[in-house]
Amino acid sequence: MNGALKIELGRRYRFSASHRLHSAHLSEEENCRVFGKCNNPYGHGHNYVLEVSLSGEVDPATGMIANLADLDSFVERQVLEDFDHKSLNEDVPAFREKVPTTENLCIEIFERLKSFPKAKLERIRVQETGNNSFEYAGDNLEGNHS
Amino acid sequence: MVLLTRKIEFAASHLYNNPNFSVEENRRIFGKCNNPHGHGHNYTLEVTVEGEPDPVTGMVLDLKELKEILEREIMQRMDHRHLNYEVAELAGQIPTCENIARVIWQFLEPKITQGRLHRVRLYESPDLFADCYRNGASAAGKP
Repeated sequence: MNGALKIELGRRYRFSASHRLHSAHLSEEENCRVFGKCNNPYGHGHNYVLEVSLSGEVDPATGMIANLADLDSFVERQVLEDFDHKSLNEDVPAFREKVPTTENLCIEIFERLKSFPKAKLERIRVQETGNNSFEYAGDNLEGNHS
Repeated sequence: MVLLTRKIEFAASHLYNNPNFSVEENRRIFGKCNNPHGHGHNYTLEVTVEGEPDPVTGMVLDLKELKEILEREIMQRMDHRHLNYEVAELAGQIPTCENIARVIWQFLEPKITQGRLHRVRLYESPDLFADCYRNGASAAGKP
């Protein structure tokens, strides 16, 4: 029975950051039309919620897929230290070229977390506001089929 | 296929301790969760059932029936209980979210006969949860 079941661990983290949606490939008017208020030259910010989902064997000795202390310190080091209370455009090199939409933010965060050594990164979800959230699962097709 | 989710909350205590580990190892691995007197959480359980709506009733299953199943199978076993000492199916296991979610799946899966159990998500706190689902199915798409 257990072999037929899959268990995932989900953990949420919070960070606050500013961004500005602006593409160097578009004219001023086009930027304004496409990105609207998000194109405000001085930027604006969000309280982001990052949800990390891991899968793997539940270790019978600990009952855990991964030790939370290991996961927390990894996420802190790989993501939160660089993103929390930062300007995504100015402080994160990946967004000097790419527009820091939450779609691109998802991809960047997934790439930073996929090397977690203790379990498989299934997907991440980033909530930009209470009404907008985005998911990315890299090569784990359709989110998390296996 | 339509997915239907019902949420319930229960309060329970637990502690993490593996008798095969030394006192120091237990403390190092489980941290505060190793406090010998235990501690508690308000757990939130989301149970998702999949199926086709019945053409006559429009329902995947009768929510009243699901509510009764959850009361009987989960609330009576776990609400205001100590998970280490009062839930026999968890005996010998560390009552982590992962293990509790799996035991909840095992309680519910045979009882849900209209539609079928799709996913169990158990929150220990708003920032920590475990999902249990059939291998090959999907747990995505539900905030």
